[in-house]
Amino acid sequence: MRFRKRQRLVLIGLALLLLGGATALTLTALGDKIAFFVTPTQIVGGEVAVDRNFRVGGLVVDGSIRRESDGSVAFRLTDTANEIEVHYQGILPDLFREGQGIVAQGTLVSAGAEPVLSASEILAKHDENYMPREVTDALKEAGYWQHNEAAGDAPADGVSQ
Amino acid sequence: MIAELGHFALVMALGLAIAQGSLPFLGAARHDLALMRLGSTAAVGQLACVTLALAALTNAYVTSDFSLLNVYENSHSAKPLLYKISGVWGNHEGSLVLWVWILALFGAAVALFGRNLPLPFKARTLAVQGLIGTGFLLFMLFTSNPFERLVPAPLDGTGLNPILQDPGLAFHPPMLYLGYVGLSVTFSFAMAALIEGRVDASWARWVRPWTLVAWVALTLGIALGSWWAYYELGWGGWWFWDPVENASFMPWLAATALLHSAIVVEKRDTLKSWTILLAILAFSLSLLGTFLVRSGVLTSVHAFAVDPSRGVFILALLVIAIGGSLAMFALRAPAMQPGGHFAPVSREGGLLLNNLLLATATATVLLGTLYPLALEVVGGAKISVGPPFFNATFVPLMLPLLLAVPIGATLAWKRGNLMGAFRRLRLAVAAALATMALYLVLVSPQSLGAALGFGLAVWLIGGSVTDLAARVGLLELAPGRTWQRLKGLPASAFAVTIAHAGLGVLIVGITASSTLQEERLLAMRPGETTTIGRYEVRFAGVDERQGPNYSALRATFETTSGGLPVATLHSEKRFFPVEGQPTTEAGIHTNLWRDLYFVLGDRTPDGAWAVRLYINPFVIWIWGGVGIMALGGLVSLLDRRLRVGAPTTAAARRGGRPDLPDPVGA
Repeated sequence: MRFRKRQRLVLIGLALLLLGGATALTLTALGDKIAFFVTPTQIVGGEVAVDRNFRVGGLVVDGSIRRESDGSVAFRLTDTANEIEVHYQGILPDLFREGQGIVAQGTLVSAGAEPVLSASEILAKHDENYMPREVTDALKEAGYWQHNEAAGDAPADGVSQ
Repeated sequence: MIAELGHFALVMALGLAIAQGSLPFLGAARHDLALMRLGSTAAVGQLACVTLALAALTNAYVTSDFSLLNVYENSHSAKPLLYKISGVWGNHEGSLVLWVWILALFGAAVALFGRNLPLPFKARTLAVQGLIGTGFLLFMLFTSNPFERLVPAPLDGTGLNPILQDPGLAFHPPMLYLGYVGLSVTFSFAMAALIEGRVDASWARWVRPWTLVAWVALTLGIALGSWWAYYELGWGGWWFWDPVENASFMPWLAATALLHSAIVVEKRDTLKSWTILLAILAFSLSLLGTFLVRSGVLTSVHAFAVDPSRGVFILALLVIAIGGSLAMFALRAPAMQPGGHFAPVSREGGLLLNNLLLATATATVLLGTLYPLALEVVGGAKISVGPPFFNATFVPLMLPLLLAVPIGATLAWKRGNLMGAFRRLRLAVAAALATMALYLVLVSPQSLGAALGFGLAVWLIGGSVTDLAARVGLLELAPGRTWQRLKGLPASAFAVTIAHAGLGVLIVGITASSTLQEERLLAMRPGETTTIGRYEVRFAGVDERQGPNYSALRATFETTSGGLPVATLHSEKRFFPVEGQPTTEAGIHTNLWRDLYFVLGDRTPDGAWAVRLYINPFVIWIWGGVGIMALGGLVSLLDRRLRVGAPTTAAARRGGRPDLPDPVGA
């Protein structure tokens, strides 16, 4: 009987230890390892701290894409109310183009009236008709939404967005 | 006409599934042999009907019958034949037909191969299987009919998303479904055991082969998906902690835990209710995965279903199946007799630790996957939970698990000796520590993570091999005796060695590719040369090429190392006119030590091209390791105890009818 009790105590102790450890890990991770989704208006309004990783959605401003000779890209992103500048080192998604809804993830390198986002990742749709849901939400928040199809009307973007 | 026949076959299958889901229950309760046997007949009939439906749909795809809405929306006459066939499951309705077909396949397999099962138990298992089939057939017939006609029939279809037109993706869904749906058998066995209130060693032995089949298929299915993402998306990575990936990974974690806890039930008749709970959870997570990827809750290439009624229907199925089974568990599990006790340091203790860690890891993945959805539903902030979260939660939980694997496998049942285990594994300990030290001294003193990863990998591989060597007395006994012992070992002993060593190989791949990846992004003009790692890369230029249903810009990279030619790589940007969609094809050159992985980007205004060059070290070890793990599962299936271990009646041994009810059930 004593043996069984000890066995149970060890078990419960181990389970609690694990649970406690996992909870601590999860809470810390939720505190600083997640990316909030914001709109260009919020960034211009100074609501986003520099050095904080976040996602921003919007439309690529027509005629704003500049490809540098080192292979990097700069463009402007708008939610139709406000614009921010985005810098990106990398290969753009196949369906990245002007006027298109995209999501950029990264950190602000300068805040204020002329914020610049240094993007680590650019996500665009993987299908002709699809608009990332975050982008439609950002446009709605800015009071502009007249795309003829609501988000999710058509299937599919990439595996990772 | 053939399509209508397919539709009719589905309706017939529904009728059979309803019969299979009800009558055997009645038969088992009333000891009615005819009603109990009906379960097997219905299961085989259901398979025949769903096979007919699947064949009818495949026929429509192969012959490009655009009078079917489903074919029109997802196929095109100019598509290569392989993708016409894989297009059958490259959409919501068709993938459901495949799901139900595999479910019927497993049902019929239980009916045909489950000859050593007591008849009432088999009847109840098949009945639960029938209930699951009923749910999914109802879902298909009422919300997602694959045979819907389109009048007038268009001349040609709208095509299949080009990134899905790929050999890897042709086989990924069937393999993954084989795993998902295979877990339904384990679930049905668990429910039947709960109904009968009896779980024992023979139950564990019956369940084991089915769990193994499902686990092997799920393992290979996930690997195929990850391999596809690696070479098709052109992002240089192989796992992105995307919700869709997590949806398949969670059932895998649960199934892995189940595989291990079922061993304890089989050998020591304990951990019974926990094992039953795992069987329920594993299949529930499969259903949840199906719901997440198919309901449109997540936006991804997999989210075909956008009709909200479908989402609600799957959610209802989910609630009934998970809620019902958990309620059943709560009612019946306390009645189960606890089995033998064991010391914390013992094989049981090791397997339990494995289970606790895997279950906790599953919980963190579940949380990270559902948290953003839950937050959005309650109107909170919109967030994205990505790799940083999982690296900070999942990885720390895996480290103790990997450390414990060789020790746990070495410990004796009931009461083990930790020092003895270490003595037995001293060579592996030494090799692992030496690896870490050498890595830190010779390669890079800063990268502690990489050193730890390689040390763990050597520990896993070395631990598995030294444990096997110790079992057969290698170098301690005469070679002849060792050979005798080796021949005497059950297949499952080799399976453990193979699977755990495969895990080690996988860890080599994961560690190397995530810590030692080299990457360069630059703009190159045709004729220019650059270097990455120890390779010189000459960008020869871009030409145009015509594929079967696409046109492509093809870049050519000539790679040399120290002046000697290594490989010529072609990276493409393809354009599919039917779908109006471009895709990127990375140029990849693989050997055992590294992948060269070159991606072509856009043209810059001054005539250069943006290119991204990666060296992904040891990346092939990832899929190789997973393949070895799956091989371990297959070897375990060969274990003769799985076949002869089940109790047989005296009549069966004399060559009589083994499927007669045992005296207890009758």
